[in-house]
Amino acid sequence: MSIAEGTRARHVPDRLQSRSGRILRSWEVLLGGIAIAIFIVNSLASPYFLDPWNLSDATFNFTEKAMIAFAMALLIIAGEIDLSVAGIIALASTAMGWAAQYEAGAAGLICIGLGVGVICGAFNGVLVTRLGLPSIVVTIGTMSLFRGISYIVLGDQAFNGYPSDFAFFGRGYVFWVISFELVLFCTFAAIYGVILHATNFGRQIYAIGNNPTAATFAGIHVARVKMILFLLTGVMSGIAAICLTARLGSTRPSIAFAWELEVVTMVVLGGVSILGGAGSILGVVIAALIMGMVTFGLGLLNVPGIVMSIFIGALLIGVIALPRLIRLSRTGRVA
Amino acid sequence: MKNGAMPAKPVLRLDGITKRFPGVTALSEVELALYPGEVTALVGENGAGKSTLVKILTGIHQPDSGRIEVDGIETRLPTATAAQEHGITAIHQETVLFDELTVAENIFLGHAPRGRFGLIDWGRMRSEATELLTRVGADIDPATPLRDLGIASKHLVAIARALSVDARVVIMDEPTASLSQTEIEELYDLVERLKSDGKAILFISHKFDEIFRIADRYTVFRDGERVDAGMIRDVTEDQLVTRMVGRSMEAIFPRRHSDPGEEILRVAGYSHPTEFADINFGLRRGEILGFYGLVGAGRSEFMQALFGATRPSRGAVKLDGRIAVIRSPAEAIARGIVYVPEDRGRQGAISAMPIFQNVTLPSLSQTSRNGFVRIAEELALARRYTERLDLRAASLDQAVGNLSGGNQQKVVIAKWLATKPKVIILDEPTKGIDVGSKAAVHEFMAELAADGLSVIMVSSEIPEILGMSDRVIVMRDGRIAAEFDREGLTPEQLVRAAAGYEEVAA
Repeated sequence: MSIAEGTRARHVPDRLQSRSGRILRSWEVLLGGIAIAIFIVNSLASPYFLDPWNLSDATFNFTEKAMIAFAMALLIIAGEIDLSVAGIIALASTAMGWAAQYEAGAAGLICIGLGVGVICGAFNGVLVTRLGLPSIVVTIGTMSLFRGISYIVLGDQAFNGYPSDFAFFGRGYVFWVISFELVLFCTFAAIYGVILHATNFGRQIYAIGNNPTAATFAGIHVARVKMILFLLTGVMSGIAAICLTARLGSTRPSIAFAWELEVVTMVVLGGVSILGGAGSILGVVIAALIMGMVTFGLGLLNVPGIVMSIFIGALLIGVIALPRLIRLSRTGRVA
Repeated sequence: MKNGAMPAKPVLRLDGITKRFPGVTALSEVELALYPGEVTALVGENGAGKSTLVKILTGIHQPDSGRIEVDGIETRLPTATAAQEHGITAIHQETVLFDELTVAENIFLGHAPRGRFGLIDWGRMRSEATELLTRVGADIDPATPLRDLGIASKHLVAIARALSVDARVVIMDEPTASLSQTEIEELYDLVERLKSDGKAILFISHKFDEIFRIADRYTVFRDGERVDAGMIRDVTEDQLVTRMVGRSMEAIFPRRHSDPGEEILRVAGYSHPTEFADINFGLRRGEILGFYGLVGAGRSEFMQALFGATRPSRGAVKLDGRIAVIRSPAEAIARGIVYVPEDRGRQGAISAMPIFQNVTLPSLSQTSRNGFVRIAEELALARRYTERLDLRAASLDQAVGNLSGGNQQKVVIAKWLATKPKVIILDEPTKGIDVGSKAAVHEFMAELAADGLSVIMVSSEIPEILGMSDRVIVMRDGRIAAEFDREGLTPEQLVRAAAGYEEVAA
C-alpha cells in the first residue's frame, strides 16, 4: 500500500489477508500435519494400530485429560493456571469412593464428583481473585492439599465396590466403537470452542490475558471472569474424576498422579500461549489426538513409559521451537 | 562552540533507507546526516517514520535497502550491541531502566568495569558512576535504588548511561515529555554540554519552542519520506509546521461557539485517603471543562476514581440529577461516563488484539446477539468510529500495537465513542502526539461538545487548556485550588494557582 499524500478520508479495508491464507499459515495446520504424520508412522509400525477397537481403546489415553485441557486452555489464555486439577481428581474420586461404601447410587456419585470439583475450583478462584494471590502458587499449594486429604483418608488402602451401572461413564459405549467418553470429549470440544471463539465471554478472556488493566478499564469484570474459569476447571476435573474412577473401578490416593503436567503440555502443544492472550480450542483438540496417538503407538511397540514421556517432552520443545526456527532462517533474527 | 571555517564531516550518514512492514512502507528512500557538536531536530507527525528510523539506528530493525555510514565507512547495524559499539545510543520516550537495580548498576549494565577473574569491580564502578553523574549535573548517590528516583532523575541516569558507553551519536526521543519546566531547563544545559563535547545529537520532539531553542539543523519526515532538511536559522515555526503536515495550519485551536446546557454531572465531596480530597464541581451538557495542575496534583487519580477504577473513601456523584453509585468501570460505562487514560499502552489499548476488537470491547453487548459475537457488526461499528477520526491503518484486523502512537490514540478514542457516552474524560489526550493529530483531536473534541457531549479534559499544556476549555479547574496537592471561566483567563493565573504562589478564591 502506498501512502497517498495529503488525502484525508482513506479507506481502511476490513481484512488484509484472506481467511484461507491465514488458516494455511496457522499453528493448527502445522499440528494437523504432525498428527497425520504420526498416524501414518503408527499404522506402518504396528499392524494392530488400524484396528477400530484398538483405535477406540486409544482414545481413553486422552479423553479425560483433554476435557480438563479445554477449561485449562481458557484459564491459561486469561493469564492464570490451575495446577491442582489432578489433586481435584484424587479428592473427588476419594469422596465418591467413600460415598460408595455407604451404598450411594450412580446419580449420587456423579453429584458428589461434580460437587467436589465445584468446591475445589471455587476455593482456588477465591484465593486468586479475592486475595490477589498468584494462581501458580495457590494451585501448587492446593495440588498438595487436595491430594493430601486423599492420602489421609485412604492411606495405603483403596476404595472399590462401585455400583455396576456407574461403570458406564468410564467403560460404556454409545454406538459400536464410539465410547461414552469419546462422545463427551467431542461435545466439550464443541462447547468450549464456541465459548472461546464465538461469544463475548470468550473475547473477554482474550482481552484479560493480553492486558488485564486495559480490560478492567474497558468495563470487563476481570475477577468475575477468572472466578468462572476456575469454577469451570474444577467442574471439568470433577467430570474427569467421574470418568476415570468409573473406568478404573477403584480409587487409590495416587490416582491421576502428575496429570496436571500432561494437561498443561496438551494446552501448550495446542498453541496456547503460556503467557496468556492467544490460543485456540482446535489446537488443543489436535494436541490431544497427537499425545493420545503417540502414547498408544509407543505402547503397541512395547516402549516403556519413561521413553514415552521423553518423546512427548521432545515433541513439545520441537513444536514450540519450529516457528522460531523458521523465522530465524528467513530473517536471521529471533524476535 | 563550532568552528565556522571547517565544514565538519558527518559522524553518521543514512542514504536511501527503505523499510517496509506488512501493508505499510514505513520509510521510503530517506536520508539523514548527523554532525559532531550539532543538534539535529527530527520532526514529523506520528506515523511519519521517526520511530522506525530510531529503531534502525539502534539495531532493532534492519532496513530493506539503503546505506548506513559511520565516519564515511559503510556499516551494518544488525544488533543493538553493534549499534552501541559504533557509539550510537538512544534515550527513549520511556527509557528502559531497571527499578530494582541501583543507579550505578543501571549505568553500567552490560559493560561494568571488570576486575580480577572477570568479576565486577564495584569500587571502580561506583567512582566512575559518580563522575558521570557529576558530568550530567545530577546530584544522586550511585548506590540509590532506581525506584526511589523521580522521572527527571531517571532521565539523567539514562543520559549518564548513554555517556558511559562513550557515545558519539546520542538519540533523544521526546526527552522532555514528562519533565517539569526546571527539569527541562537542566536538560537543555546538558544538551549544550554534550554539544561542546562534540557529540552528534538527534533530537526528536513535538514541541517547537524547544526545537528552536536547542537545534542547529532540522529534518522533516512525512508519511515515511524525508520532505525537507536544513538549518534551523533559515526557517520559521510556521514553515516547519506546514512542511510537516503538508498543509498550512490556519488556527491551532478550532473556533468554538459554546453554549453549555443544563448540569449533567455533579461531584460532591469526593475524597481519597491519600490522593485527593474534597472535590466538588459540576459539569454541563456540551461543556468542555479543563483540569489543569502540575504533575502529581491528583488529577488522574481523581478521574480514575470517578470512572470507578479506584474507590473513593467519601463523596457522591449525581448524574442527570440522580445519585449514581460507581464501583467499577463497568458501572461507569453503563451510566455513560468513559475515561480515555493517559497511559495508552497499559490502560488504553490491547496491543496484540486487532483494531476492531479493541474498538468493540466495551460495546460487545451492542454488536452481539444473545452473547454470541457477530464479526460483521463489529467491523461495521469499528469502521463507523475510526473513519470519523481518520484512522490510518492497513486493515481493521491489524494489531493495534503495529500502529503509531497517534493512531493508537484514535483507536482508544473510537472505542469510547462507540459506547455513546454522556461524559467523556480525556486524560492528556494529545500528550506525545504530533501537531497534525493534535489538531485532529482538538477539532474532534469541539465537534463532540457541539453534539451535546460533556468533556472533561485533563491537560498539563497551558495553550491546550486555554484554547479548548469553557471553564478551568486547577488542582493542587489533591485539592481544587481554583476555578476560572475562560473569559479573560491568563496563563499566569493558571500557573500561580497550580503552584500555589498566591491563594485565589475559588
